Amino acid sequence: MTKEFKRPDGRKSDEIRKMTAKVGVIPNADGSAMFSFGDTIAIAAVYGPRKMHPQHSQDPEKGTLRCNYSMLSFSVSERARPGPNRRSTEISKITEWALEPIVMIKKYPNMVIDVHINILQANASTRCAGINAAALALAHAGIPMRGLVSSVSIGKLDKNLVVDLIKEEEDWEEGEGATDIPITLTSDGKITHLQLDGKITSKELKEVLKLARKANKEIYEVQKKALKESVQL
Amino acid sequence: MERKIVIPGEVIVSGEDYLPGEGTEKQEGNIVALRYGLAEESARLVKVIALSGIYQPRRGNVVIGKVENITFNGWVVDVDSPMGAFLSLAEIPRYVNKEGMSEVLDIGDMVVAKIYDVSARGIDLTVKLRGLGKIEEGIIVKINSNKVPRVIGKEGSMINLIKEKTGCNVTVGQNGLIWIKGNSVEDELLVKKAIIFITENSFTQGLTEEMQEWFAKEKK
Repeated sequence: MTKEFKRPDGRKSDEIRKMTAKVGVIPNADGSAMFSFGDTIAIAAVYGPRKMHPQHSQDPEKGTLRCNYSMLSFSVSERARPGPNRRSTEISKITEWALEPIVMIKKYPNMVIDVHINILQANASTRCAGINAAALALAHAGIPMRGLVSSVSIGKLDKNLVVDLIKEEEDWEEGEGATDIPITLTSDGKITHLQLDGKITSKELKEVLKLARKANKEIYEVQKKALKESVQL
Repeated sequence: MERKIVIPGEVIVSGEDYLPGEGTEKQEGNIVALRYGLAEESARLVKVIALSGIYQPRRGNVVIGKVENITFNGWVVDVDSPMGAFLSLAEIPRYVNKEGMSEVLDIGDMVVAKIYDVSARGIDLTVKLRGLGKIEEGIIVKINSNKVPRVIGKEGSMINLIKEKTGCNVTVGQNGLIWIKGNSVEDELLVKKAIIFITENSFTQGLTEEMQEWFAKEKK
């Protein structure tokens, strides 16, 4: 890695954008949270556990976690057509898989926990912000969990590894181009989600994981602080 | 051990001196929180009290619900919980003819009942104790079930204050439904206003004292 690599916004290669987190942002939901990486803002609302409807989708063995990711039409500079599309359906499913290992869903047979994630403003890393907000919202809803998850995107721009991509970096075209790797880890360092589209060597991937572990510690602290400070004793 | 806010996965205490209670689990000698809430210890038992989320039915809770349906041997009651609640015909303090069930409790009636069992099938209710049964008159207010302990207060201090100041009879269901019965509608509405005030200021220290002042102001 070359030391003199300059990121478009002047951040260091392992520097995350300014993070903010808040719980209890939606009074009508059973649990809710907001999480942002700089200009990327996600809000998550949790409803339930409640009876699964229709009845034929009930699972008597364990509960169901149902996620719904959506980018609001004003979240990007060119108006996005509202409603589900191929990309949002995929991210919804990915979010479910990232969260399922920590949520103790077995305690709620025949029930469903709904997680609605909305992106208010997007500047890359939206799925990561969404997962972080969803983990906070689930905790805020009082659902039994093994821990929290924190998610971050690691990028490879040409040959340089950087943490927390922005849109400009995602569209990197110099050299080998950009590879975006969103990673979700539990608070004790286990991987629940890892996506990769692009080219990377196994040696570099190990480096990526190392960066993700470090970044996740910072994110976890922000999440922890948000939950602890939402009530004063 | 002092009271503190814990998040899922956080170690509350370590060592063999404590036992894991509700909302906690023992992992390699540590007591770990499984949910977000207030960690408390009593008689070596560590438990996490919920601060948010839906109502978790528990045995012994008095709840207020609405009759949803009548079956051949009881009533299905909606108590604002994902599990269905059932009031069996055998749990009525007197003999009821199967044809006359709708005269005792009809669909849409409100009822005060006690939970005597919570199982995987659902909640079982009883009205075989004093103070339980059909609600004939008065008003019902719904609040967040997590605010119920604040409305009751320490050893019932808050609820007794409200009863004393307004002369109303107030029954607080653990599921967040509150039945107010007074001599006049004005009294009942004053109780409703007081309860809403408590829920909006539920994190204030010394809320009972503040309520006393609030009542003095309202009475003028």
